[in-house]
Order: sequence, then structure tokens, then C-alpha cells
Amino acid sequence: MRLLAENLSAHRGEDLIFSNLSFSLAEGEALLLTGRNGSGKSTLLRVAAGLLRPASGSLRLWYDETRRAYNLAEAAHYLGHRNAMKMELTVRENLAFWQSFLGNTEGGRGVSVLEAAAAVELEQVLHLPFGYLSAGQQRRMAFAKLLVAYRPVWIVDEPTAALDISAEALLARLMREHQSQGGMILAATHQPLELLNVKRLEMKGFVYTNAEGHDL
Amino acid sequence: MIDLLLRDLKLSVRAGGGALIGVLFFMTVVAVIPFGVGPDLNLLSRIGPAIIWIGALLAALLGLDRLFQTDRDDGSLDLMLMQEQPLVLTVLIKCLSHWLANILPLVIASPLLGLFMNMNEVAIGAVMITLLVGSPALAFIGAVGAAVAVTLPRGGLLVSILVLPLTIPVLIFGVSASYAAVEDPAPFLPPFLILVAITMFFSVIGPLGAALALRNAGD
Repeated sequence: MRLLAENLSAHRGEDLIFSNLSFSLAEGEALLLTGRNGSGKSTLLRVAAGLLRPASGSLRLWYDETRRAYNLAEAAHYLGHRNAMKMELTVRENLAFWQSFLGNTEGGRGVSVLEAAAAVELEQVLHLPFGYLSAGQQRRMAFAKLLVAYRPVWIVDEPTAALDISAEALLARLMREHQSQGGMILAATHQPLELLNVKRLEMKGFVYTNAEGHDL
Repeated sequence: MIDLLLRDLKLSVRAGGGALIGVLFFMTVVAVIPFGVGPDLNLLSRIGPAIIWIGALLAALLGLDRLFQTDRDDGSLDLMLMQEQPLVLTVLIKCLSHWLANILPLVIASPLLGLFMNMNEVAIGAVMITLLVGSPALAFIGAVGAAVAVTLPRGGLLVSILVLPLTIPVLIFGVSASYAAVEDPAPFLPPFLILVAITMFFSVIGPLGAALALRNAGD
């Protein structure tokens, strides 16, 4: 299984955010995106998740065994800035809904809701409405969503935002476990994130220039 | 998919879901009509079916803007867009749950309001059946408007205005079928069957249009 990105470009409105970006990831590898605010990290991740159409290029997930390419979005989890959990429902209802709605893609199985909550060390708050949790707890529960349904690729955008140091380490460990089982990770982050087999990509971002060609 | 239906139903009855707002609005609108029109019982029973249909139509449009917006605001919509199962199916399920939670209570409340309007049993039954058959079309048409306006923070009134012209045929055939049931020369079945056809037509077109709009709302 390989993740292949070829000649990706993306626009935001009129501005070209990045162009002709190519990379490939093998099983167990991670791509870590770094760069300033507004340099296009989130845009690249949204393109990878199929939520923004690239201006050029393509992203594929290539299976060696079946010699077929799959749509990356269908084989990926996306954890964006927003947690995709309902404040009014309990944590258990939220996780159970995503477990059955997302389902597993071929090649693996998700863990149960209770095991996922235990993995993020929050099994004691399963009965509470999601809105009652603190920002850090909400983030950890949103991360537990990646565990209840199996996807080979995880696309995570600032996964450790609002987390304390021990929770950061916890999430990094869960991501490393996913990698050791052959999973791939695309992550954008400001904080150092200890992953295995890391490839780094520094996003430079679009350079705004005025009519004379000087940087603004 | 059944989980999505159950989740949306749960959300609409929990705090802030607003499932009962539509019924309250419907009741308020219809209940003030007799005060405005005056105690002319014949006039009330003559305009009754039309008033109930108009009230139900307006109440059904209330809260439509939240159909996709809550899911967009918390990021759930992103995950729904990524899935293998067709987006059209997801939209169809969301329309159904919207209908069950917000519009079906209007149909159930309509006989009570029929009494306010001095309608006889036949007229009340006819209005209830035409509402039951015609109102799903309102949800399907409304889904397109809600999907188009999903990125707008205050899209509520805009959705209603976008959607209202498309719902006029539903209103016309719903009301004419209801009148046909009480007034002798006009046949009931032709307008009623056209109403059924409109609902079936929009149950296909509506989710397709809404799915297309949601796919392109990303940029």
C-alpha cells in the first residue's frame, strides 16, 4: 500500500497556495507538515481528504496486492480543527454513531467504544454530554473517533491543540501504534510530534507581492 | 444509515433542537385567523383548508436552514462528504429525519386546527391526508435551499425565499385536492395523484441537487 501525490496545486480564491507538490508515503510512514500560519498546511490536508478540489494533480492510495488505486478520502480519517462531535449527545452516543456510520475499510477493524475511550484515558466520562467536557477532553474524544473505525490513513490537523503535555504524549503514542500496524499519517503541527519514519515537508506558503514584485 | 436517522431525531428533540418550534408557529398562525376574520362560520370553513395548508407550508420552512448547517459548523459534514456511501443517500436520510421530527407533528396537529376553522370531518380528513402526502416534498425541496445556503451564517430567511417559489405547486395541488373532497363537482383523485407525483419527483431531484450543492460548498 502506497500513498502517491503527484503535482498537487491548490488555490484559495485567486491565490495559489502551493503548486507542483509531489510526495509518496509507504506503510508505516508519516508526513509532517510544518510552516507558518497561513502557509497552506490545512489546505493541503483538506485537499488530501478530498474536501477541496486540487487545481492540478492527483492523490491516490495504491494497493500492491490488488494492483488498484483507491480514492484516498474513502480510506482516510480526517481530524480537522473542529471535532465533528455533537454537544447535545453523550460521548458514548457520539462515538457509537461514528463507529457505525464510518464502518471499517478493508484491512482492519476498529476497537469498541469503551476500548477507544480507555485508549485516550477518558472511559469515566462516556455518559456525559460531549458539551460538558473541557476543550482538551473534547479533543481527546475526537481523537478516539479515529480508533472506533479502521482507516489506513489518518489525516490530522493540529491534533494536539488544547492538550497538556501528557495528553500530547498519549496521542503521539496512539499514532505510533497506528504506524506500527502499517498505517500512514499526514499531520500538520506546530508542536514537536514524535512519530516513526517521519518525512518532513515545510510549507513556504504563497508570497504576496505588489505590482513591482517586492514582497509585502 | 439508520444510525444517522436516529441521531438526527435525537438531536431534534434534545435541548435546542427546535422540533416543537414549527408546531407552535403553525398553531399560532392558524389560531389568530378566526380573531382576524371574525365570527363568520361559513367564511371560516370555506378558507380553512387553504389557511391550514399555508400555515403548514410556512412552519415547514422554519428551521430548514439548520438542516446541514449544524453539521457543517461542528465538522461532521466534512466526514460525511468523505465517505464511500453516496452523499445522495446521506442527504435523503437527513431529509427524512427532518420530516419526521419537524413536519410530521404539523400533520398530526392539523385536525385540531381544523376545528378552529369550523371545518367538517371530511374537510379535516382531506387536509390531513393531503398534508401527509405533500409535506415530504417540502422537506426535499427545502434541502436544496439549505444546501445552497449552508456556508451563509444567517441564511434562514434566504433559504425560505429561495425555496418558496418551488413549493407553490405543492400548495396549489394540496389545497385543490382538499377542496375537491368537500365541494361536489370537483374530483378529488386527479389533484391528489399529482400531489403524490410531485412528492416522488422531488424525493429524487431534491437529494441529488442538495448533494451537488454540498460537494461544491467546500471552497
